[in-house]
Amino acid sequence: MASINLNTVVKRYGKTEVVHGINLDIAHNEFVVLVGPSGCGKSTTLRMIAGLEDISGGEIRIGDVLVNDLPPRKRNISMVFQNYALYPHMSVRENLGFGLKIAKRPPDEIVRRVDEAADILGLTELMERTPAELSGGQRQRVAMGRAIVRQPGAFLFDEPLSNLDAKLRVQMRTEIKKLHQKVKTTVVYVTHDQVEAMTLADRIVVMKDGHIEQVGTPMEVFNHPVNTFVASFIGSPPMNLVPARIAGGEVVLADDTRLPVPGRLAGRVTDGQEVILGIRPDDMTPVGHGIHDSGEGAMLSLPVELAELLGTETLIYTRLAGQEAQGKMFDPRDVEPGEVLEFRVALDKVHLFDAGTGRSVRLD
Amino acid sequence: MRWRAEKHTPFLLLSPAILTILFVVAIPLAFSLYTSMTPYKLTKPDTINTFVGLRNYVRLFSDDKFWWAFGRTILFLAVALNLEFILGLGIALLINRITWGQRTLRTMMMFPMMFSPILVGFQFKYIFNDNIGILNNALQALGITDGSIAWLVDKPLGMISIITAEVWMSTSVFAILLLAGLFAMPRDPLEAAKVDGCNPWQVFRHITLPFLMPFAFIAMTIRSLDVARAYDIVDVMTGGGPAGRTEVLWTLIARVGYDNSKMGEANAMAYVSTLLSVAFTYYFFTKLVAARRYMGGAE
Repeated sequence: MASINLNTVVKRYGKTEVVHGINLDIAHNEFVVLVGPSGCGKSTTLRMIAGLEDISGGEIRIGDVLVNDLPPRKRNISMVFQNYALYPHMSVRENLGFGLKIAKRPPDEIVRRVDEAADILGLTELMERTPAELSGGQRQRVAMGRAIVRQPGAFLFDEPLSNLDAKLRVQMRTEIKKLHQKVKTTVVYVTHDQVEAMTLADRIVVMKDGHIEQVGTPMEVFNHPVNTFVASFIGSPPMNLVPARIAGGEVVLADDTRLPVPGRLAGRVTDGQEVILGIRPDDMTPVGHGIHDSGEGAMLSLPVELAELLGTETLIYTRLAGQEAQGKMFDPRDVEPGEVLEFRVALDKVHLFDAGTGRSVRLD
Repeated sequence: MRWRAEKHTPFLLLSPAILTILFVVAIPLAFSLYTSMTPYKLTKPDTINTFVGLRNYVRLFSDDKFWWAFGRTILFLAVALNLEFILGLGIALLINRITWGQRTLRTMMMFPMMFSPILVGFQFKYIFNDNIGILNNALQALGITDGSIAWLVDKPLGMISIITAEVWMSTSVFAILLLAGLFAMPRDPLEAAKVDGCNPWQVFRHITLPFLMPFAFIAMTIRSLDVARAYDIVDVMTGGGPAGRTEVLWTLIARVGYDNSKMGEANAMAYVSTLLSVAFTYYFFTKLVAARRYMGGAE
């Protein structure tokens, strides 16, 4: 059981700096997800915590111990890899017990702890098989079992679900969540999938180009993105972002569409300021088709370009001031391309970002 | 026409291969098996018609000279193969760590394999020669020994000298195959083992080495066939002598067959030697199949 602290951590490969002085405090037993597009430095950061990459600058502490120069085996962590990284020549039982065997634990204790982990993960039937005889999901479970058997201070997950098919991924995601509730431990989890981040994390760390963009609970990151990158990266489908200008207390789009500046942001913008308007598809819904128009918010008449039926909802592709935009209809009926729908925009959930810096005007 | 029948077509199409195998392998094999049951002497061709059953084999098995050669061949095989494995593994691990000039070194490492065993034998014969040999010269110049050491004559030293030449020539077979194994080795299990608590030696012992064993067994299979039929290098360096101190199976077989022209007896020995090779190949191949089973399909 351990907290993890990163203090201005830098990673350089030769002259190229890929992680630029990251600060992050992960509390004891916290589930933290590092999320970002590929190449953002999230895996490198995780591997520095694990000790598989040297730290070029700054300090990493695990449970108050400075680990900068400690090899992985002395950091009291275990790791689950993207490709499972099982030992191909060992049976499932040997894979699970390997860490304990190396640590020279007594044989009866190894058997007990391995059986315990196998029981938690439903591996009991597979103990004598080799990794080659397992399916992807089973291998993933063995990799997790190998991590929990050692009862480390912290678990590190490096995109553990990205090699699984969609259905299995959702199932394993739930299992990881349950596992964390059962085995209370600090977890650092790396993924590029924002849905995994949202569903698993106590706190999300959004990274881009070796910088941390935002740290917060899933709801904070979703409801109050600090800039356009976080706004577009978190949430599926992504937030609609449309350039606009503030004029006379209104947000004016390129085609002269006007929306009132939301009350909570009124004091944050100045007349003539160039901004980017952010509306989540969930907050842009057609009315008048079985859905009662509450009269709140602003109305927009937009033509349908394409409609995707997803079952309980229909995703409407449209165009807002020349920009591609999406709305969501919670009214199951067929929609024809070209049809003009009346969208209600939930103004209290609209975001405004400064066009120059990309920062949310809420913060200025 | 019955010959046009479709069921004959495969045999017709395969006939070149069948005939080749028949004349090149099957008939000579059957012929030598037969002669191993006759007192066939090259100088008295008629003796080929006298069938004596297993008498050659019976005589062989009660012959000390044969058993010494047999045992020496197995010893030669065991020592040479193990040394080559250990040295080859060391070379492969070192070359694997090099980032610059790796290709060049890989090529240079193969040089000894490119020489004829006869030439390697001659070269080492001169190195080990007790009068003019460079080794004795070096030892004396460095003040390590006073007199000359009879490398190729002395009882254990003769075998050691031959093994040295064999190891020099063929270690790269192991090195190149093990290096291929190291190149194919996935990085993830190594990192997993580091996180699992292994120090570098334990990573090597528990992860790298088991992964390399199939490659080692391939090399062992190839090399056991090579060494079991070793003739040229031994014949050039010592000719099996002096006084039979370095006699291995094939030098003995050649002596009995060609020098003493007792072809029947030599063929009987050759059959025993072939069975020995088959046994070694079978042994390493079983190990290889067992080691490969878990590698199949694993990521």
